[in-house]
Amino acid sequence: MADQNDAPVLEISDLRLSYYTRMGEVPAVMDFSLTIAKGESVGLVGESGCGKSTVANGIMRYMGNNGGIVGGTIKFKGRDMAEMSEEEVRQLRGKDIAMIYQEPMASLNPSMTIGNQLMEVPIEHESISEQEAHDRVFEMLEAVHIPDPKRLMDSFPHQISGGQQQRVVIAMALLSKPALLLLDEPTTALDVTVEAGIVELIAELSREAGTSLLYISHNLGLMLEVCDRISVMYSGEVVEEGHIDSIFEWPKHPYTHGLFGCIPLPHADKNARPLVAIPGQLPLPHERPTGCYFGPRCGFFEAGRCDGNSIPITEVDTDDDPAHRVRCLRWNEIDHEAALPEADTRPPIEIGETVLEVADMKKYYEVSDNSLAAMISGATAKEVKANESISFRAAEGETVAIVGESGCGKSTFAKVLMGLEQATEGEVRLSGTDIGGIAVRERTPEQLASLQMVFQNPNDTLNPSLSVGAQIGRVIKRFGIESDPGKIQQRVFELLDTVKLPREFARRKPRQLSGGQKQRIGIARAFAGNPKTVIADEPISALDVSVAAAVTELLMDIQRENRTTLLFISHDLSAVRYLADRVVVMYLGQIMERGQTDEVFSPPYHPYTEALLSAVPIADPQVQKRRIVLEGNLPSPLDPPKGCPFSTRCPRRIGAICDDEVPPLQIAADRHVIACHISMDELREVEPVISLSKPETTAA
Amino acid sequence: MLQMVLRRIGMMILIMLVVALLLFLINEGDPRLIARSVLGPYAQAEQLDAWIAKNGYDRSLFIRYFEWIGRVLTGDLGQSIIYKRPVSEIFWSRLGNTGILAGVTFVIMVIVALVLGVLAGMREGSLLDRTISVFSIATTSVPEYASAVILAGLFVFHLQWLPGTSSMTSGFDPVQLILPVLVLTLYGFGYIARMTRASMAEVMTTHYIRTAILKGLPYKRIIMKHALRNALIAPFTVIMLQINWLLSGVVVTEFAFGYKGFGALLLEAALRRDIFVIEACGIAAVFVAVLTQTVGDLGYTYLNPRIRFK
Amino acid sequence: MTDSQPEAIPQPDSLFVKGIKSIALLKESPVGMFGGFIVLMFVILAIFAPILAPFDPNSPILPFAYPGDRAPDGRMFLLGTDHIGRDILSRIIWGGQRVLFYATAATLSAYVVGIIMGLSAGYFRGWIDEVLSFFANVILSFPIMVLYVMIIAKVGASGANIVFAVVFASSPGIMRIVRGVTLDIATRDYIAAAQTRGEGPWYIMLVEILPNARGPLIVDFCLRMGYTTITIGALGFLGLGLPPPDPDWGGMITETRAFVTGGFPHMAILPAFAVSLLVLGFNLLADGLREVSMRD
Repeated sequence: MADQNDAPVLEISDLRLSYYTRMGEVPAVMDFSLTIAKGESVGLVGESGCGKSTVANGIMRYMGNNGGIVGGTIKFKGRDMAEMSEEEVRQLRGKDIAMIYQEPMASLNPSMTIGNQLMEVPIEHESISEQEAHDRVFEMLEAVHIPDPKRLMDSFPHQISGGQQQRVVIAMALLSKPALLLLDEPTTALDVTVEAGIVELIAELSREAGTSLLYISHNLGLMLEVCDRISVMYSGEVVEEGHIDSIFEWPKHPYTHGLFGCIPLPHADKNARPLVAIPGQLPLPHERPTGCYFGPRCGFFEAGRCDGNSIPITEVDTDDDPAHRVRCLRWNEIDHEAALPEADTRPPIEIGETVLEVADMKKYYEVSDNSLAAMISGATAKEVKANESISFRAAEGETVAIVGESGCGKSTFAKVLMGLEQATEGEVRLSGTDIGGIAVRERTPEQLASLQMVFQNPNDTLNPSLSVGAQIGRVIKRFGIESDPGKIQQRVFELLDTVKLPREFARRKPRQLSGGQKQRIGIARAFAGNPKTVIADEPISALDVSVAAAVTELLMDIQRENRTTLLFISHDLSAVRYLADRVVVMYLGQIMERGQTDEVFSPPYHPYTEALLSAVPIADPQVQKRRIVLEGNLPSPLDPPKGCPFSTRCPRRIGAICDDEVPPLQIAADRHVIACHISMDELREVEPVISLSKPETTAA
Repeated sequence: MLQMVLRRIGMMILIMLVVALLLFLINEGDPRLIARSVLGPYAQAEQLDAWIAKNGYDRSLFIRYFEWIGRVLTGDLGQSIIYKRPVSEIFWSRLGNTGILAGVTFVIMVIVALVLGVLAGMREGSLLDRTISVFSIATTSVPEYASAVILAGLFVFHLQWLPGTSSMTSGFDPVQLILPVLVLTLYGFGYIARMTRASMAEVMTTHYIRTAILKGLPYKRIIMKHALRNALIAPFTVIMLQINWLLSGVVVTEFAFGYKGFGALLLEAALRRDIFVIEACGIAAVFVAVLTQTVGDLGYTYLNPRIRFK
Repeated sequence: MTDSQPEAIPQPDSLFVKGIKSIALLKESPVGMFGGFIVLMFVILAIFAPILAPFDPNSPILPFAYPGDRAPDGRMFLLGTDHIGRDILSRIIWGGQRVLFYATAATLSAYVVGIIMGLSAGYFRGWIDEVLSFFANVILSFPIMVLYVMIIAKVGASGANIVFAVVFASSPGIMRIVRGVTLDIATRDYIAAAQTRGEGPWYIMLVEILPNARGPLIVDFCLRMGYTTITIGALGFLGLGLPPPDPDWGGMITETRAFVTGGFPHMAILPAFAVSLLVLGFNLLADGLREVSMRD
């Protein structure tokens, strides 16, 4: 009994989890072992489908109707959970082990007040009175920094913002002071600046209470910030685990190493040090190869050895991390440093004439206001300023990134360019012609062909009912590139070659393709009419890292070849730094800062850019960041601040002028513009947010 | 919220006006047809013209329409051609009879459907779920006129438990109500039950139910506090819409059992071109349908906090 | 370098393989298979009615015969005869042919109208949507049998008029479904892609949107076939159906239901079973299709 207190909080050994489908038993997690000590924070990282969320469900003994624990043991504080009765497991859930999920909105009951949803946790587990529960909840909500807990408790989940919802979910999880907290992609659905606040909050609260954390995420950068140890999963197995430093500094498994090659870290450069994607894709659970599951994608694969028996996980004894273990037979033979130069460098693109010029473009929407008050006052239409005074230029062969969080107006801007919406004011000149007011139906085929788009969601970008060939062919025909069916067919094949997909894909339906392949088809379709300018709206945000790297490189190769102007719309600053020549930073429909990429990423910054840079997790232990955590949430675009849109959250707000007056455009350098009330001299004095230096200590 | 109620009621009035216009055009669009049905097939052309002039049917449609609306609103439903009496004298008692039949059916049907639907949806794919689902599909496949003769064969002819007609000739007799209610319930409950099941099953797969389970709540509390409330929002609208369908079934069922309700009256009037009775029945039916639909919509917004507190 | 060879992705299917596969898929829903089997049986009976019906459906032979009784020429009345001596089996077979024909014609026509209205409302939105939706609201406000009784009483009972009434009464419902699906699909990126290559609205509606709406529409079609079958029967039952003497299930029930309590329940009950069985077939088929389509 006494050793119960010394036992680790969680001890998993040789866990095997399976799902039962029509094809029989599908192993989802195999041979999984993990120990978490009190107060420790452990990460589980991997791409989608690797089984990391299944582990969390297994710990909770919540495998649904078609899943089950096939083997191994899970011990919570030394007690085998398999020996617990259903009632005991239920008592454990929510009290000793709590969970935080990816979608805060979906995790909360839409028809129950937040107060009731929170109060039932202590009422159920500790049988305390309503009043006590109420007080406890109130305190907890204050602890998660919710401004007006009283009012919030009477609200329904849909009435509060996503960031606040996630705080409520955190409060719910921590109410009974659990020993172990499972976090399944807790911040993936949130904007980066909101994410930064949530991450800090979790760290703060768990440190105070000595809670152990199991973080599950695909984001290596986030892992580096929040975990002591991590396990890297691939296709249901842990391929490498160890202390965070040893994994990030000396990754031993080719997959782990490959992942780092796919992430646009600050030292990556699209010309000198391009990303190296991992070839191939994750095998489906019932099509796993024998031996090493990563074998078919591995550059160090050795036939007859790597495809033999299943590979055991072995200790890495070359560093001083006793926890470092790897599932690779050749880890000791591979010299990753020597293998690195394989990535070839590319010549920089020469920037040509200006192709696209946006001058003072505005896009306002009328939103009808149906409230009685509005009806009485007669002001039934509210104006939403989706885009306010957008101006910038893009030249031939140039990549211009438009960066911003949700609601910043970047997608509206793309719609205006494409003619799906018309500009309210200002000009959008493409090769000299103003197209801002021309609807897509009135554009000439040349205008249509010269401006094409790559879309965000791979599952949405292709028509599921039509074959890939038909969809590309239709573009070729519409734009009059070819009209003879045979020649169209030929051109479709050439485009498939360009996006590095086999020609027989022309006959396939979209559902027979993977996400990355669909995005490639989307790129082929966009380039079918030889466009001058391509708008890529978050083309890689829905893809896994290794796939995203491949798609990014492909997009840039084609751009390079065709000297296309690329407008890259993204919320991902790392990707933007990697591939953009110029950057436009937007917030609530307005441009906060624009300039050359290195200008935007170093001082002087707009305070928003500064906060954004600080918020983005970077998967490189050598990078040091200044921490700037923003308060509050994005204001509603329906009701933006009167002066500077960022004034409500700005950590460097200088006074009433920020709230009341639109900030002036200050020229920092040629074509580097910052919209801020703070004087340029003061802005210049700021330290860089990110510095590349060897950190002295890594433990926080 | 208040504004939504006002708008919904405005919509209802507008729909009623258009429906009334349709009814009016169909039945009174051609004055000669009215004169013909009032005066009978042997009337001469001059007699028809005289009747039209005497009763003001030579005026424009527009004026007659609004005059008619005014009369209907004041309770004057016109003169029945068959019964040679004011329509209102026959109509209201018939409508009352139908109200009893439909009301009893509605209560029984909704209770049966909700209980079965929730039970089936609670554990999707279980034996209970499959049994209830197949049973409700089967009963929904038997239209009222089919179950009327099948059940009559069983309970009236074979077992001799129940009377075969429900004309209530010797006063109101609840036993005579059993077969019509049974017939309507059997055909109607399946749809609500299946909608409830689908809604319940969907709710059971949501993330917030997962949250509730992983909070460590007991199963009973999860069902009662978390699932039911959300699962019953969608069926509520369906239940209110079902009244519309119930009125359809009433026409057939009343005919089948000789029940003296408004459906039988409508049918008789339609077959014998008693136009003012047709109009009265049409207006009443649509009014009940539109009213319940409006209540359904408003109730939905009230039950759903996502809409109520926007 | 960035080349990613797929592991194993299924090859596209030929039309033939696809057909086989969709039947095979239905196999996974035994209930759906059973429904399909019932419908298929009625379709075969309808097509081969002249061969399969043992007697002329309209000639009186021997009144009040029970199932199993024999005709004067020695042939058996498998399901008996009605009060004027017509063979019930033959009348059910021929009646099934008429019901299937008119139900299919009416439902298909209603679909053409409903799809065009729904696509326009959902894709153009704005005033077109408002007008069409209001129109649909008006029609759907009628208890449907009240509407049928009034229409048929006005225009008279005939096959063509029944088709007309069904189109009038059920196209708004179809429109609502199509409109809903269209509103959803119209927000997809591939529609934006079609717009940005300058495709016209009807191309987008018919080629890009409609094929992707087929899942819910096929399920609804089966359900609606069942419902139209019920309606045609109900109109016959109320005396507003297909004109006699040709057999019509609803009409058969109404003509002979007085004899149910008089010792000859089979006369009315057998056609009642026939209607219910065919409707059950459609409903089970729809349920199976829905189940199968939700799995993919």
